[in-house]
Amino acid sequence: MEVRRKERIDRGIKVRSEGIYVVSSLKEMLYVAGPRLFLIVGLLLLPLVLEMAPYWKRVVNIMCVYGLLAISFDFLANIVGLVCLGGAMFIGVGGYMTAIFNVYLHCPVYLAIPLAGLSGAFICTILLLPCLSLRGVYFAIVTLMYPLLFTRIIEALNILGGTNGITGLDSFPNPYLENYVIIILLLVFMFGLRRLVDEDIGLVLRGIKDNDQSVRASGINVTHLKALAVFIASFIGCLGGAYLAHLYMWAGLSLFALDFSIIPIAAVTIGGGGSMMGAVLGTFILVPLSEFLRFFGTFRIVIYCLILTGFIVFKSEGLLTYFARKYDQFERWAKI
Amino acid sequence: MDILVYGIINSVSLSLLSLGFTLVYSISRLPNFAHGALYITTGYFIWQFLNGLGLSYPLAIMLGIALTSLIGAMMYRLILIRIRGMEISEIIATYAIGLAIIEGLRWGGLRGTTFTLPSFASGSRDILGVSVDDQRLLVVVVGFAVFALLHLFVHLTRNGLALRGIAQDERAAMMLGIDSDRMAIVSFAIGSSLAGLSAALILPLGNIVVEAGYTVLLFSIAVCVIGGLGSWTGAIIASFLIGFAQILTEKFLSAHFQMVIALLAIIITLLIKPSGILGRQKELEERV
Repeated sequence: MEVRRKERIDRGIKVRSEGIYVVSSLKEMLYVAGPRLFLIVGLLLLPLVLEMAPYWKRVVNIMCVYGLLAISFDFLANIVGLVCLGGAMFIGVGGYMTAIFNVYLHCPVYLAIPLAGLSGAFICTILLLPCLSLRGVYFAIVTLMYPLLFTRIIEALNILGGTNGITGLDSFPNPYLENYVIIILLLVFMFGLRRLVDEDIGLVLRGIKDNDQSVRASGINVTHLKALAVFIASFIGCLGGAYLAHLYMWAGLSLFALDFSIIPIAAVTIGGGGSMMGAVLGTFILVPLSEFLRFFGTFRIVIYCLILTGFIVFKSEGLLTYFARKYDQFERWAKI
Repeated sequence: MDILVYGIINSVSLSLLSLGFTLVYSISRLPNFAHGALYITTGYFIWQFLNGLGLSYPLAIMLGIALTSLIGAMMYRLILIRIRGMEISEIIATYAIGLAIIEGLRWGGLRGTTFTLPSFASGSRDILGVSVDDQRLLVVVVGFAVFALLHLFVHLTRNGLALRGIAQDERAAMMLGIDSDRMAIVSFAIGSSLAGLSAALILPLGNIVVEAGYTVLLFSIAVCVIGGLGSWTGAIIASFLIGFAQILTEKFLSAHFQMVIALLAIIITLLIKPSGILGRQKELEERV
């Protein structure tokens, strides 16, 4: 019997465009920039394309909020090695902080959202600090508990509007601003995080995931860096939450809902972890899907979980890695 | 006096709830985030067997527990075995399975107050001047019986010793010919049936509600972290701590704060002694 194996070889254009020589031809520059440009231009044009469908414009906004959460989950899980099971915590804290700034302290929108991001990130980091000096499942356990805990405390003490939530947040002055604020936030943070991960600090953060003892042996304070990473991730999440609160003009207990925890995880698993772009790809598949499945109610969560488990078990590399391979390499069967 | 009596009852039921989680973690090092889901599933199965198929109550309970333990074993055999060792995937996969079960049951109509199980023992008696109903006494009796049986099982039988071997040192145990995957399946089966048993005992005290899946998971995690992940005696001691703390908060504050107490306890434990009351893990393995 003839024995064959699959051989993968880089495409010529990929090899040619790897170094500085990429600037020598327009075709190779397009090859490198193509996918990125497609994402940027596509996202920027999306609100204009959907001009006739205001409902779907809103879906795009929510999709971008989930995208922010997904890149923050991806950054924490696949770069630093901390699995955050409670993305809803970031959304909720950000949403409530912006409500406090906007409704109680009368800050305008453009001031309230960044302030909420910063203060929310600060609160989240302080709250998560006890489990950062440990490795293992502790971070997952504590982040799992916090969203439920916040809900209980707000219900029990009847603070911050209790079960009714805080109403009367300012909305955005016009619908275009509403769209583009979140789209630009998403693009900036996605490419920013990709750049950050390639810097020196990114290398150290990856080192923490792979072998924290050796990082510590190099005289680097691991807890400090983990806290920094959590601050960055929760800042991104809290900005998303603050935006969402202004979009709904309301901050309530549903900001701590389970969807905000599970969709980003599912998105990162489907899209492929570690590249941030995969996380965004995953949300762009899942969130519109969840709009079509609106009829099913809570059964949607079951569907996400099943897709998620399927991807983890059978296709753990994710879609983006798969597509990137097809883009960069060709495959052929070779005789052994 | 009623604080003492109800505290003991509450503590025993807590340790019953968390024993399954601890057992699975100590043997296979997998945090089973689907523990609460298995608990609530058993309740649903028993209710279905009782009211849907019209089986007798003991038969329904036995079938329900057996089915849950089968689900637990299958969960490991079909899914977790493929991602063993990848920490992030393990956590995400068990969490996703648990969520799928809980939300699936919610969608399947498990809500409201229509789902109740009859208690096996009606009537009540006075203990130390406090009237306690028989069902709660039964929880305590069965709880202690389970502790004793489990202790005998892991100290006297071949399989039990193999389980302890894997829990203490996986590589050494594998060198002695103990199949680590088979033992992990056994641990999942036992852990899930413990979740099922506690469901069969505790659920007749109230309604079967889906949210219990989350609370059970959180409290069993809290108990395990405080007792030291993987330590059985530690888990039992910790469940007495939390059990009494819960009763005290319920009496002097309000029932809403029970979860706050659990999380506070976790955080204090992590700050002071991360390996828990009786954690056997070395400092170096846990602290960075």
